[in-house]
Amino acid sequence: MLNLGVALPEIFMAVASLALLMLGVFTGKDRSFRTVSWAAVGAMVIAVILVITGDNGSAFSGQFLADPFARFCKVLILTGSALGVIMSMKFAERERMARFEFPILLMLATVGMMAMVSASDMLSLYVGLELQSLALYVVAAIRRDTVRATESGLKYFVLGSIASGMLLYGMSMVYGFTGSTNFNVISDAVSNGGLSVGTLVGLAFIFAGLCFKVSAAPFHMWTPDVYEGAPTPVTAFFAVAPKVAGLALFVRVALGPFAHVVADWQQIIVLVSILSMVWGSFAALRQNNIKRLMAYSSIGHVGFALVGLAAGTEAGVQAVLVYLGIYLVMNIGTFAVILSMRRHDRMVEEIADLSGLSRTKPLMAAATALLMFSMAGIPPLAGFFGKFYVFKAAVDSGLITLAVIGLVTSVVSAYYYLRVIKVMYFDEPVEGFDRNGTELNVIMAVATIIIMVFVFFPNPLTDSAAAAASSLFGH
Amino acid sequence: MSDWPILSIITFLPLLGAFFILLIRGEEANVARNSRWVALWTSGFTFLASLMLWINFDTTTANFQFVEKAEWMPGLNVSYHMGVDGISVLFVILATFLTPICILSAWEAIQKRVKEYMIAFLVLETMMVGMFSSLDAMLFYIFFEGVLIPMFIIIGVWGGPRRVYAAFKLFLYTLLGSVLMLVALMAMYFDAGTSDIPTLMTHTFSYQAQLWMWLAFFASFAVKVPMWPVHTWLPDAHVEAPTAGSVILAGVLLKMGGYGFLRFSLPMLPLASETFAPLIFTLSIIAIIYTSLVALAQEDMKKLIAYSSVAHMGIVTVGAFTFNQHGLEGSIFQMLSHGVVSGALFLCVGVIYDRMHTREIDAYGGLVHRMPGYAFTFMFFTMASVGLPGTGGFVGEILTLLGAFEANTWVAFFASTGLILGAAYALYLYRRIIFGALTKENLKNILDLSPREWLLFAPLIIVVLWMGIYPSSFLDIMHASVLHLVNQVETAQAAAASAAQLAAN
Repeated sequence: MLNLGVALPEIFMAVASLALLMLGVFTGKDRSFRTVSWAAVGAMVIAVILVITGDNGSAFSGQFLADPFARFCKVLILTGSALGVIMSMKFAERERMARFEFPILLMLATVGMMAMVSASDMLSLYVGLELQSLALYVVAAIRRDTVRATESGLKYFVLGSIASGMLLYGMSMVYGFTGSTNFNVISDAVSNGGLSVGTLVGLAFIFAGLCFKVSAAPFHMWTPDVYEGAPTPVTAFFAVAPKVAGLALFVRVALGPFAHVVADWQQIIVLVSILSMVWGSFAALRQNNIKRLMAYSSIGHVGFALVGLAAGTEAGVQAVLVYLGIYLVMNIGTFAVILSMRRHDRMVEEIADLSGLSRTKPLMAAATALLMFSMAGIPPLAGFFGKFYVFKAAVDSGLITLAVIGLVTSVVSAYYYLRVIKVMYFDEPVEGFDRNGTELNVIMAVATIIIMVFVFFPNPLTDSAAAAASSLFGH
Repeated sequence: MSDWPILSIITFLPLLGAFFILLIRGEEANVARNSRWVALWTSGFTFLASLMLWINFDTTTANFQFVEKAEWMPGLNVSYHMGVDGISVLFVILATFLTPICILSAWEAIQKRVKEYMIAFLVLETMMVGMFSSLDAMLFYIFFEGVLIPMFIIIGVWGGPRRVYAAFKLFLYTLLGSVLMLVALMAMYFDAGTSDIPTLMTHTFSYQAQLWMWLAFFASFAVKVPMWPVHTWLPDAHVEAPTAGSVILAGVLLKMGGYGFLRFSLPMLPLASETFAPLIFTLSIIAIIYTSLVALAQEDMKKLIAYSSVAHMGIVTVGAFTFNQHGLEGSIFQMLSHGVVSGALFLCVGVIYDRMHTREIDAYGGLVHRMPGYAFTFMFFTMASVGLPGTGGFVGEILTLLGAFEANTWVAFFASTGLILGAAYALYLYRRIIFGALTKENLKNILDLSPREWLLFAPLIIVVLWMGIYPSSFLDIMHASVLHLVNQVETAQAAAASAAQLAAN
């Protein structure tokens, strides 16, 4: 059964990216950058519509599955990618990296992510993951004339390849011991025959590979360097779409084929989650570069999201999805701020550069402060609800120790978010920033408004996340 | 009138005012002036609206009144549930009463970033009122922790030299306590299947679960009260906060802890409360005696009053855990009167701080010669703080001590020593600032209270006298609810005791 209609959004995106590649090539070097970028955004918007209106079902002989879970994640991924492309345009033009390949690579990475979250077979999972990763390796090193960017691209590539290797090795073990790569068959094999040692070893390798992809401790080492070294719009992109896709994939693998043996892998996730939360909060305390800070912050956030997965329940999956939705908004907003940190036509990246922002740019400072409070999980802002959902799922599953550790680390992490606010509000002003682009201001404002009013209208997100979670559990 | 959502109006009106202030544009002086007036009108009107609660309050029932319930997060079974009973209604009024006074007190003292200041205060008011009137644990938590955001900004932006340290300490201390409470709330939710406070109050938790939940709540409320030994954030926060910030901090925010004990720990976890009552008594007595002694040694006026707050709140926690009507009513009354009196004392400090820009006690002396009006006001509130009969402080203390005496004689004995020490440090402070010869050169031109300052103090003086002379207007409101609470605790404890006896036989 090919059933192509189910995969229409992916097919459309792939075709559109190739068409845009042709457009870029034929209109000559980089003049078409803006056109291609906006066309890419348009394609993503159309893909969102296709995802929302599309049918549920399975395609490619059970390799590909479109269910509410996958569609929920795809909407998040496409939103994150589209905003990533928009935020990068002005930056790329100013910093002379306005190559038309850039938005196309992001599109291809997005196709990979969409395929990942729809995977219902180890092979399609791997193909999607690699399409994403290969596109991102190139994107990380897209400024090949600067040492830092090439270094970070290379680091990402080498470490990412090792992770892919681990993943493949784990998949081959699982294949060897269960006789199939298909999630359903594996699920049957595991639930009938129990989890053999070989499958468990394979699962551990798969988890290790996935931990690398979502930058969960102890496989997080690449994150700060890549975040710092890559051009800021690329960092913004890394921090959002691939994280969402990676965590969704994590959920898909853990609770798809291995849903019946939660108790066997739960402790791995608990450990990874604790390590990520602790490392993400303590290591960030001494960072002065805001991009590195965001790298550690993202490690911590992944830890928090994994708390929901550790619960291993439907409520836990809902919590992860709610967390991802809110995380996406907060991170997009924060990176819009970071991209606005330009002085004398140069990007600045130190936290100290934000000194006294509340005087020079009061609205931007207020938006940043609210985003930071939200990241710290202070109610009534949206970030609190993300944390509330994951920890509630953990408490309901009896993981009270995990919840306590997680919440205590969130207090530690509150310190460094507060430090950003302190610099903006309590310190004396330094010179102001250059005028922001309109796109950045709009994105910043919208993100801030969403995290502020989420408390009044939580249901659209939580309800669709609940529907997505229940589809994963076969209801 | 009765079908108006009056609690929501009181809660969200300040937020609306803050939104209007946000829209004010133009020259800096105009913006500042307009922001002040909008804030004053909003908070004044909120206060008047909150008086409707008092007027329409039915004192014969212990049920929640002015209840509003709307669907909010149906997936979680969490609803927007507001309502007040005899315990919380007066705290709502306390918060709405002190906010306009705070705004008025900052009229001239705050000159930079007035707009932001007023927004912060109005948001703070929303959080405080919402906290006291929410009947859903989740909603309660949101308001409870939401208070930190404006408070952090108020101390950090308009505070004294060590404001950054103080703001961080306040924020992180409170947050650490709060997240533990959040775990307990989630556990309660898991056990009872709802976060609705009235339902949780009727739910019986197992003894083992109660112990853990109680400790988690204690972590949060003890920091907020604050109880010894987690009180150290308070002197820092008070010293560095601007005057109005100190007033709100002492006047309302400290009461959140005491209110939490009465709203959660006692009715929901009665057995654990009984088990841990000796712990509370011990910590409270240490707080009363130790911090009073510490207060005696202070050189900084605000620090002295801050330590006195810790001591006074020790009396509150003693009263709350006596489990009898006198003790509980005394505890609530003490919180209310302390809210007004300590707020007024911080305003008194603010008055001379605005003139001389120092809080060192040694920098003053002999002010009575130049500022007789001020000397009178300060004397009045010092006496109220000491607990002179005829002032609100007396009623709260005597009721609490009565309750404590019924519960445990020794507790009452040690708590009473606090009153003596209280008189010592308060009068010592008064003597050093007001009496003596006016020898310091820079004090010779100091001016007495301005009409605006009289306007600040007049309502506070009236309220303190009213509370002292005719306390029934306040006590009548709480009788039914407190009685209900006492019965609830006693029934639960008796049931547990008889079950234990049955098991023993």
